[in-house]
Parts: sequence; C-alpha cells; structure tokens
Amino acid sequence: MDSSYLTWIIFLPLAGAIIVALISNNHSKLIRYVSAIFTLVPLILAVILFVNFDRSAAAAGVMQFEQKAAWINSINAYYHVGVDGLSLPLVVLTAFLGFIVVLISWKINLRVREYFAWLLLLETSILGVFCSLDLLLFFIFWEIEIIPMYFLISVWGSGRKEYSAIKYVIFTLFGSAFMLAGILSVYFTTGSLSMVDLAQNGLGMVQSIMPAAPIFFLLLTGFAVKLPVVPVHTWLPDAHTDAPTAGSVMLAGALIKMGGYGMIRLCVSFFPQVARDYAPLLVTLAMISVLYGAAVTLRQTDIKRLIAYSSVSHMGFVLLGVFALGEVSLTGAALQMVSHGLLTGLMFAMAGMVIHNVEERNLNNLGGLARQIPIIAVVFSVAGLGSLGLPLTSGFAAEFIIFTGSFSSTIVNNIEVFTLLSVLGVVLSAGYILWMIQRTFYGPVQEQYNFVKDADGLERVYMFAFIGLIMLVGIYPAILTDVIKLGISPITGLIGG
Amino acid sequence: MPTQLFWFIFLLPVISFAIITLFVKPFVRRESPLAGYITITAIAGSAVISIWTLIEVLGAPHHEIAVPSISWVAIGNVFEINLGIIMDSLTAVMVVVVSVVSLMVQIYSLGYMAHDEAGYTRYYAWMSLFTASMLGLIIASNLLLMFVFWEMVGLCSYLLIGFWFHKPSAANAAKKAFIVTRFGDFGFLAAVLLLYAKTGTFDTAEISSLAAAGALTGTAITWAAIGIFSGAMGKSAQFPLHVWLPDAMEGPTPVSALIHSATMVSAGVFLVARTFPIFVHSLEAVTVVAAIGGFTAIFAASMGLVANDIKRVLAYSTISQLGYMMLALGAAGIVLSHEGHTAIDAAKAAVAVGIFHLFTHAFFKSLLFLGAGSVNHATGTFDMRLMGGMRKVMPWTYITFLIGSLSLAGIWPLAGFWSKDEVLITALEGNTLLFILAMITVFMTAFYMFRVIYMTFHGEYRGGDPEAHGHLHESPGVMVWPMVFLSVLAVGAGWWNVSGHFGAFMGHGETKGVIEGLFGIFTHSPWPIISLLLGIGGIVLAYLMYGSKRISAERVGDMFKPLYTMFLRKYWMDELYEDIIVRKTLIGVLFAGLQQVDTYAVDGTVNGVANGTSAGGGIIRRLQTGQLQLYGLFIGIGILAIAICLYTFG
Repeated sequence: MDSSYLTWIIFLPLAGAIIVALISNNHSKLIRYVSAIFTLVPLILAVILFVNFDRSAAAAGVMQFEQKAAWINSINAYYHVGVDGLSLPLVVLTAFLGFIVVLISWKINLRVREYFAWLLLLETSILGVFCSLDLLLFFIFWEIEIIPMYFLISVWGSGRKEYSAIKYVIFTLFGSAFMLAGILSVYFTTGSLSMVDLAQNGLGMVQSIMPAAPIFFLLLTGFAVKLPVVPVHTWLPDAHTDAPTAGSVMLAGALIKMGGYGMIRLCVSFFPQVARDYAPLLVTLAMISVLYGAAVTLRQTDIKRLIAYSSVSHMGFVLLGVFALGEVSLTGAALQMVSHGLLTGLMFAMAGMVIHNVEERNLNNLGGLARQIPIIAVVFSVAGLGSLGLPLTSGFAAEFIIFTGSFSSTIVNNIEVFTLLSVLGVVLSAGYILWMIQRTFYGPVQEQYNFVKDADGLERVYMFAFIGLIMLVGIYPAILTDVIKLGISPITGLIGG
Repeated sequence: MPTQLFWFIFLLPVISFAIITLFVKPFVRRESPLAGYITITAIAGSAVISIWTLIEVLGAPHHEIAVPSISWVAIGNVFEINLGIIMDSLTAVMVVVVSVVSLMVQIYSLGYMAHDEAGYTRYYAWMSLFTASMLGLIIASNLLLMFVFWEMVGLCSYLLIGFWFHKPSAANAAKKAFIVTRFGDFGFLAAVLLLYAKTGTFDTAEISSLAAAGALTGTAITWAAIGIFSGAMGKSAQFPLHVWLPDAMEGPTPVSALIHSATMVSAGVFLVARTFPIFVHSLEAVTVVAAIGGFTAIFAASMGLVANDIKRVLAYSTISQLGYMMLALGAAGIVLSHEGHTAIDAAKAAVAVGIFHLFTHAFFKSLLFLGAGSVNHATGTFDMRLMGGMRKVMPWTYITFLIGSLSLAGIWPLAGFWSKDEVLITALEGNTLLFILAMITVFMTAFYMFRVIYMTFHGEYRGGDPEAHGHLHESPGVMVWPMVFLSVLAVGAGWWNVSGHFGAFMGHGETKGVIEGLFGIFTHSPWPIISLLLGIGGIVLAYLMYGSKRISAERVGDMFKPLYTMFLRKYWMDELYEDIIVRKTLIGVLFAGLQQVDTYAVDGTVNGVANGTSAGGGIIRRLQTGQLQLYGLFIGIGILAIAICLYTFG
C-alpha cells in the first residue's frame, strides 16, 4: 500500500528548517515555536504510525507505510521509504528526541535562527536513514547528517569544540567512504539498490564478481565507526562532551543508533552467511567494547565525558546482540538501541541541566546537590539506575533480553563465555553510575550552590516524559518487542538455526 | 479464598508507594505522618492477607495452591515470560514473616523518625517499595521475576542505607552495599542464563522438575547452583561478600531492623531454599553452601566479640546467624545427596530446618535492632562505651532486649533454642567439622550478646553522645509496643515446631505431643543440653567480664592482642577490597592503564594519522609552487617517461 505518512514525517522538520531560516533572528520566540510545531507534528504522526502498525504474524518482514517513486531511472534508484518492526521504534524514538531537543534548547540565545535550522535538518536526516529502503537514498541521508552536527558542535559547543567537530566529521567521512565503496560494490554486483529485494534475494551472484566478505566489511566499517566499536570510538567522547546539550542528546539518543541499525539492515540481512562466519570476531569486539568502555568510564571526572564513555560500553551490548545472531538476541539489540536512546538521552539532558544551572561539570567539585535541586537529582538518579540495568526500567529489559538471547544462541561457538564476560560490564556500570550520582548529589551541602535553580516547568514536562517512556518499556517491554520481532524474524530466518 | 487475593499481598504496598510518591510527596508537608499511616494501613492489609494465606495453605492438599499466571513478554515461540505466583508452604511462611515484621517496624518508625529533619515522606515511600519488592520476590514463580524483585530490594536497601545522604559515610555505605551485592548478582544472573539455555524456561517449578527428571546434569547444574548461591552470598552477606552489611548500619535503625536483619538479608537463604531442588543434584554445590555457611557463622561471630558499636555487634550477629541458615541448608543437602534422595519433595522438605531458623531469627533479631534504636533514641549514640545503666531508665526496652538476647543465645524454651538446636543436629549429620564450628559459635553468640546487655543496660551511665541534649527517657509507646509484640514472638515462635508441626508443614519429619517435644528434646541425644550449657557458659563469661568485672576485659584483650586486633580490624578485609583491589589495582593500575591506552595509543593513532596526513599535505603543497616553468618541467618528464615505457614495452 502506498502512503505518504513517512514522507511527511521525514520532511516536515526540513520544511521547518527552511521556514526558520527565513525568519529574522529578532523573532527568536517565533523561531522556537515554529521549531516546536514542526517537530511535534512528526512525533504525533510517528505515534499514529506506531498505533496503526500491523502487528499480526502475517506482517512479519513486510514493509508498511511504503511509498515508492521513480527517482533516477538510469541507475535503478528510487525514492523508496517504508518501515518494518526494526525501523519503526527507531523512527518513533528519533521523532520523540527531535521534539524534546527543541524544548531542551529553549534557552539557547546564540544565533537562534541557524541553531534551530540545523537542529531540524539533523532530525530529517536521521529519520531519512531509518526510513530509506533504497541504498542511494539511505546514503544521502546518512551523509547529510554530518553537516548540521558539525555546525552544532563547532558553534554552540564548549571546550575544544572545533577540534571535536572536525574530528567527528573526519571520522564519519572515513567510515562512510568505506560504506560508499560497499554500497557501490553491492550495486555493481547486483544492479539493484533496493534494500528489500537485496535482503530477500540475498547476494547469490556476488561470489562470481567479488567475494561477499570484503563488501560486508566495507559496509561494516561505516557502521562500526558510528555505533561505535572499539577501537574506532574515540570521536564519540570528544563529540558528546563538547556538543551542546541538544547535540549530545541527539548524538547519543538517535545518531549512533544508525550504526546498529545499518549492521542489522545491511550487513546481517544482505550477508547472513558472512555474518555467521565472522560472528566470533565481532562478538569478541563487542565484549571488548563493553569491558574496555566500562573500565575507561570509571576513570572519568567530567560528567558528560563519563556518560559518553558509558555509551561505548552500552553500545557494545548492541553489537553483542546483533552478532550472537539469535532471534531473541537481535530483538534485544534493537530494544537496547531504543532503551539506550531514552536513557542516555535523558542522562545528557540532565547533565546539561546540571552544567547549565550549577556552572560546574567536574565531578570532583560537585556534591551535595540533592538538597538544592531535588527534582533534577531524582530524575538523574532514575536515568542512572536505568542505565545500570535496574529492573522495571528499559535498560534491564533490553540488556536481559540480549544476555538471554546471546547466551542461548546456537550460531556462535563459546558464546556463553563472551556473554558472561559482557555481563560483567553491568557490574562495572553500577560502579560508575553510583559514583557519579554520589559525587554529584550526595555528601555535605555546599554553600556556593545554595541559589542553584531546580528544573523549571518546561524541563519537568520533558524529563517526566522520558521517565514515563523508560518505565513503560521497562515494565511492559512487549509494547516494543511485539513490533521489533516482526522485523527481526525474517532476518533470523535468513541466518538459519 | 479467591486466588486473585494473593496478588494483593504484593500490590497493597505498591499502591501505598504510588500514593505516597504521586500525591503525598508533592502536596503534603514532609513532617506530616500521613505517609506513615498510609504505609501502615497497606502493610497491615498485606499482613492480614498473608496470615489468611498461611491458614489456607496449611489446609490445602500438599500445602500448595495453584495460581493462574499472566503472559508478560513473548519473542518468537521460545522466549516467553509469565507473571505468576507460587503459593506453597515456603511462600506462606515467608510472606507472614515479612509482612508482620514490616508492620511492626513501620509502626515503630512513626516514633523513631518523628524528629528527623528528612521527614516521613521519603522514608515511608522507600519502606513501602521495599516491602512490596520483598513480598514480590517471595511470591514470584519464575527466576526472572525473582531477579527483578531481587534487584529492587537491593535498590531499596541502597536508598535506605543512604537515607541520610548528606553524610559521606552513609553515601559510601549505600554504594558499597549495592556494588558488593551486585557482584554476587552477577553469578545469579549467569545462573539464570545458564538454566534458561539448558531448559528453555525461567519457571522454578518447571526447572525443578526438569532437574529431577535428569534433564540437567553434570557441571551445568553445579555451576547453576553455585551461581545462584553467589547471588545469595551477596544478599545474605556470606563470606567473602559480607563486608557491606556492617557498613549498612549507617541507615536509620528501623531500616536495619527490617532490611538488614529480618527480611532482605534472609532473601539469600530464601533463594537457595526456593531453588533447592537444583542444589540437591550437586554434592559439590551443597558442600560449598554448607562450608561457606559454617565458616561465615564463626567468622562473623568473632568480629562481633569485640565491636563497640551496638548495631555493628548485631550486624555481625546477623551475618553469623545467616551463616547458620546456610549451614542448615547445605548440611541437609549433603545428607540428601549422600542418600541419593533427589526428588523434588525431599528437596523441598530439606529446607525446613534452615527456614525455621530464618523464621524465628526474623523476630528476635528485628526486636534486638529495634531495641538498639530505642537506646539510641535516648542516648544519641550507638557506642556502647558511652552507655550503661539503661536498665533503670528504659525498663521496657531492657526486658524486651533481654528476651531477644536470650532467644538468640539459644536458651530453652525460647524460640531461638528450638531452631538453633535443629540447625546443630542437621550440621552434625552433614559434616562433623562444621558441627564443631557451629557449637563454638553458640558459645560466642551468647557471650557477645550478653556483653552488649552488660555494657548497655547494666553498670553506671557513661554519658551518651556528648553533643546530644535532653534527658534519658523510655521511648514512646508507639516504639515500645512493636518491641513487646516481637518479644512475644521471640519467645513463642519456636513452639510451632516443638511438636514438629512446622517441619510437617514443610514436608519434613513427623509430629509429636507438645509435652514430649518440650522436654523430650533433652532425652534423645546429649547435644541439646551441651549446646544449652555452652550458651549459658557464654552468658556467665560475659557476666564475669562486663557485669561483675571479676575478669578484666582489658587484660583479656591484651593477652590475645593479635587476635583482638584482627577481629577489631575485621581481618583487614575492607582494606583489602577497597584499597588494594579496587582503588589501587583496578582503578589505579588496570583502568588507568586502559585510559592511557585510550588517550595515547588509540586516540593517539587517530591524531597521529591526522597529523601525518596534514604534514604530508604540507610537503605536497610545496610542489604546488604555481610556477609554470616547474609544471612544464614535470610535464616534460612525464611525457618522456611515457615515451620510454611505450618504447620499451610496446
């Protein structure tokens, strides 16, 4: 069936960006409201999609809300968008974060017009990545995202912002150069850019022209930089730390999910056999990412840098779930992407609030704030507890499903050992999260923070929205897993038992 | 009784938590006791349903009631999780213990927390959540759900230990408790994953029957059991994961009474009991349980001998008694394993002794903690060296505390005597060495408890907390009555099994007449009388050292100086863990090393490549001189090269 829902969702923020760009900087209030409306409507549409998504067993593997139009006939490129169980939750997540970051940015006063224009363009590009079913379209959206993020970090960031911004750009371009080579290889061996066809038919003819494994790794490199996987992760702490709050939320919440999504959608779906062959290597990298990320996190003293490094560890779980290649583990990995988006999005939002209100980001100088800013303290703690995998939060649901799925996966030898070593990351995460909370909020009250402001009305609205979603997914994960499994089951069907 | 009602045991405190956080906290002053009344009402409701449940289960065939479950999450056709209740004798006993002790503690807290600046609201919110989670843990029918509540009680423990979070010591203790127990939980989680991978289910009953049917064998079942036990070791503070419990005394005393003596810490024992049908298939696993339990019992008691903080003595005592419970479970498992009795019924019955001690211990130990809180309420300190003579000022506290101590010391015919006696007999059947350790522990227990009695309640008052103001007084009725109620249970709770009825309820042993049970216990074997004499011996020694002071405690301390120092310094285990392992080895060396790798090796490579590229660009840039002559020269050389190539290879 043809439907233009997704097109509206993807391009409304872009339309908003164009309108914002035409408004004079003097009308900053108007700019904010326009931005809010042009992100709220896609969110509402995304929720409508989520509600109307066909969850019946017959819908497994079927793209819904598809729209397809000829684009560049000579190379078989189409404007083709659609969602399945894998991408839909990420679309909803991105639309949610896209709206929330506008609220988070309400107090931005520097070059308001450009700021919101970039922010809206960023949302369009991420949504486009998750909805594209044509490789060229996918790649274009993937590349567009770099531009707004570069400006957001380098203009509105803090610390070594220029360094971090350029590092982000070079790293991403480095990854996407490989990815482009991979996409071209796929195109020249099959003549198709349709992600649906490629996943369904496999790359049977590939072997004759170019072996599948190199293509797999070309694509994987692009996604591994984005996820990120150790050792190509060092852009992440710098970019997250120096980005403005909204940028960090978008980066950690939605952007790095493009890496995990691409791995499942392209690498595993197109090359199930190669994925099986190299799963032991990738699962090892996952375990290293989890433990190494957690170990380095434990040494951080900058509140945002700590959260950033914890992302390296938590995205390691995604990699583990993906390349354990079980139905349950892949479902867990997809759930973890959403869960991490909510939890880390909220953590960055809260850290930004602390830094903005207290004007201090070094954990060694913070302390005792629970008395002065109790609401921020409670919400930050909830986000932290979710991040360390406490039951009844989405963090536990996702990580537990990954662990169960990985441990009992039959595809990879000795997966039990890798899983258990990765589970140790959860013990370490308790260490850094609780240390961070203690250093920020507990201990004797410090006089100089007596007049620090707690969260205001608007901030309360969005932080409780986050908490509501985190608890909803944590208490009733089936609300997402029932959708996700429809996208995952055809893929695991390709992998075989 | 409709089975839906069982859910309310757990749901009532959940509702009270929700009401307090959503409505009371934002709209009511925090000094208002409203939150307390809501909590007490809800938990009283839970207690009533629990007792009703116990009666129902007592009357049910096989002492078990089937409860339909609800589907929660399903992925594919393999991964399915249900919400369900297991309602058997073990559940019924545990819910009564938890809800009754919790109710008493909540009432007591109304008085204890009355002058606290943090107010009631947050306190009762966490207490409600804790009670709910603990009850949820008990009724849960599958391991995943148990793990969920297991973590939730850990969270509540964290929040309540750190209740006075502005004190750095409390904040540290809270964090330590969470991380140490989580270390044990790693094993629990691993065991859950292993059992799921082997059986495809989380349901405890199904896993038990699969284990009994021989579907689980060999090392897998041993590792699963040991993994579960490692979770239990964390929560029940067994050696070597016991270090968090003494520090946990930083929390408000009623919290210690509820969480760190009667309920959460015994959750580990409960967990082992619940999964005991798995344990009995592995002689190694039950031996580990017995050995760790037996060793912990005497190890913790040794530190209790010298502690000067009344709550810490009780904390060590708790660890020691939890060791007894583990010993009882392990020893019973050894017996079964030797006899080859691995049927589910036999395994379920074998936990009767350990659970009976858990049952009596919950009452007298929470009573003792409430007594310690009451003394603190008057003196402002927990340091026994600053107390003394409280007997005259606080007669009610004194009498109830004395009853609790006698019960803990195992004096006939109080509750502790009956349960401890069974533990000893079971230990003897299991392993002689562990039995001897347990017997020595009886003596030590009686000694340290009466050391507390004499230092706190006898002699002259030594001033209390120098900073505290006000005069010494007995605690208000709202604090005294719960103590009185618990002291009745500390006397009488053991009589349930005098005639063997508790054991029969759990499926263990036979019943006999009350009179025969009450006095006949001394006629069958010499051990009950010996353990009783050991207990009395401990009391007498404590009297000589701290009551009449015929023996100088200082001189005894000097005589055994190395031992004394070792006990007082807690075998230097805090230093070992916190300083040597965590701070120096992990954070200081390993993680610091990785951070260096990250900064200089990984990111250094990135920056190096970038710098190399830009330096290379700098060199190449020099070639772009913009001089036409130079370009012409290059073109010429190029053409020449092509011409040579063509000429050579063409």
